[in-house]
Amino acid sequence: MINLTDIYKIYSDGDSEIRALDGISLHVAKGEFVSIVGSSGSGKSTCMNIIGCLDVPTKGTYYLNGTDVSTMREKELAHIRNQELGFVFQQYNLIPKLSILENVELPLLYRGIPSGKRRQMAMESLDRVGIADRAKKLPSQLSGGQQQRVSIARALAGNPSVILADEPTGALDSKTGREVLAFMRQLHEDGTTVVLITHDNSIAQEIPRIVRIQDGKIISDIVKEDAK
Amino acid sequence: MNIRQSFMLALKSLSSSKMRSFLTMLGIIIGIAAVIILVSLMSGLTNKVVNTFEDLGANLITVNISGRGGNRSVSPADIESFMAENEDTLLYTSPSVSFSATVKVGNKNVTPSATGVGENYERIKDSEVQLGRHIAYADVAERTKNCVIGTYLVSELFDKQNPIGQTLSINGLPFTVVGVLKESGDSTEYSADNAILIPYTTAQQLSYSKINTYLFSAVDKDHIDKATTILEDFLTERFSSKDFFSVTNLTSIVDELNSLIGTMTTILVGIAAISLLVGGIGIMNIMLVSVTERIREIGIRKSLGATPWDILGQFVVEACVTSGAGGVIGILLGMVGAAFASKIIGIEVVTPPQSILIAFSVSTAIGIIFGYLPAKKASRLNPIDALRHD
Repeated sequence: MINLTDIYKIYSDGDSEIRALDGISLHVAKGEFVSIVGSSGSGKSTCMNIIGCLDVPTKGTYYLNGTDVSTMREKELAHIRNQELGFVFQQYNLIPKLSILENVELPLLYRGIPSGKRRQMAMESLDRVGIADRAKKLPSQLSGGQQQRVSIARALAGNPSVILADEPTGALDSKTGREVLAFMRQLHEDGTTVVLITHDNSIAQEIPRIVRIQDGKIISDIVKEDAK
Repeated sequence: MNIRQSFMLALKSLSSSKMRSFLTMLGIIIGIAAVIILVSLMSGLTNKVVNTFEDLGANLITVNISGRGGNRSVSPADIESFMAENEDTLLYTSPSVSFSATVKVGNKNVTPSATGVGENYERIKDSEVQLGRHIAYADVAERTKNCVIGTYLVSELFDKQNPIGQTLSINGLPFTVVGVLKESGDSTEYSADNAILIPYTTAQQLSYSKINTYLFSAVDKDHIDKATTILEDFLTERFSSKDFFSVTNLTSIVDELNSLIGTMTTILVGIAAISLLVGGIGIMNIMLVSVTERIREIGIRKSLGATPWDILGQFVVEACVTSGAGGVIGILLGMVGAAFASKIIGIEVVTPPQSILIAFSVSTAIGIIFGYLPAKKASRLNPIDALRHD
């Protein structure tokens, strides 16, 4: 599914260079639920950007579903993001002037799906996160937890092979954060591959596989047998 | 994403900030309205000029002879026989002898445009009398001292009383008024109504001059060019040169005037187009601001799979819809403005349909041209930086 081999991301600033990722290799199988944990500046965000095809590595290869995406151009990367990936962001990243339904339709719009079918798929996805009754509302009319559920619905709408969640609970209180996390687990149990990025150990503890990153390197990769 | 979706998206985005959209359009609205008003007025002016000349007799061909040596003129008899040979092309002819005249009745005097004419003058010029009769064949043949006068003379010399049968003097010689011309201008001193017509034979005697001008009418408009050509050939043979006469018809004058008006239109529209340029820059400016404001939105769209092409299309279509809508408003405003202006200056305006089409195309094209740069900027944004942007 996700296959990173010797990934380097190096930013050079004149003489000095910053190694945001310093030789990372990571394999995530289909249907896994993985958390990538690290403190601020550890390189976890860069790692997430590369997995999410928002960025390309300086060195190394990245196979997603058997396709080498590490050398792709912007247009092809956009295509991969659209077809294979679903993002859930900390700040929800909904477009304020579009309705909930239109927000969820966006990835399908860029896939070129006709409007009737698009609406139906988006509604199904909203139904899945239990928020279909708010379809006509604007994001600002919803609570934070509800907005995050909309963003999950948007990530799910196109049936991606990987859901990438970047600190999905970061902006929520602990109760709603827990609800979102429970929802992620539900997705995992339904067979979706989920990669969750967090700095919060207590959240990571609830996830079956924990990959710790520090200074651009993977320092541990633990699979917990008993995690539920 | 297809064009219709981009279009709906653009409409949504524009309607979400109506005031700004309107101000952005304003430059285009003013520019297009100015162009439409100018084009309408100028085409109205062209129509007026053409109509005026048609009133003067569109079939009219004027021959002026300067002559050479002892051979300074062509006699009316020669012209008559030439007419007889070409009756399928030429319909009427009349000599025209202009002379300076002082016309007196009692102690009142005027100096009208005085012309000696033949009996066909009225048919060539479409000139009608409102009272009495025109100069007739008998007047010409017998060199009578009869005259036909314009309405200005009636009011100046005869206190607007019926002048038929009254006597007036032209350069000291007594003439009898036999007709009054229909009013063709506004009966003032500087209009065509300050005129007097007498038989050309009498005029020749008064001014001791040869006939230097002949008027002709073609059988119809389509024969004007042919008539002009045969007249030129005839006179060229007569004088062995083209340098001693001129043959002019109103068609060529109208053509020249039209091309003059066309040049003026181009210059004026060019000036008005500067405001279109300013409007275009306004659109570019606002689109750049809009791109900056929506960097995060662009990042979100890109993360969801929008290609650079999708983003480029979104912003270009938005700019196009802005300028296109401005164009439509400008066209409507221009047509209203032109109708209003026509009331004030008294020209009937016609907005040419193709100018509407061109105005719309130009305004849309401005959107593409000036929207491209900001749209390109948006499409090139790096998705990570765009997503992180506050």
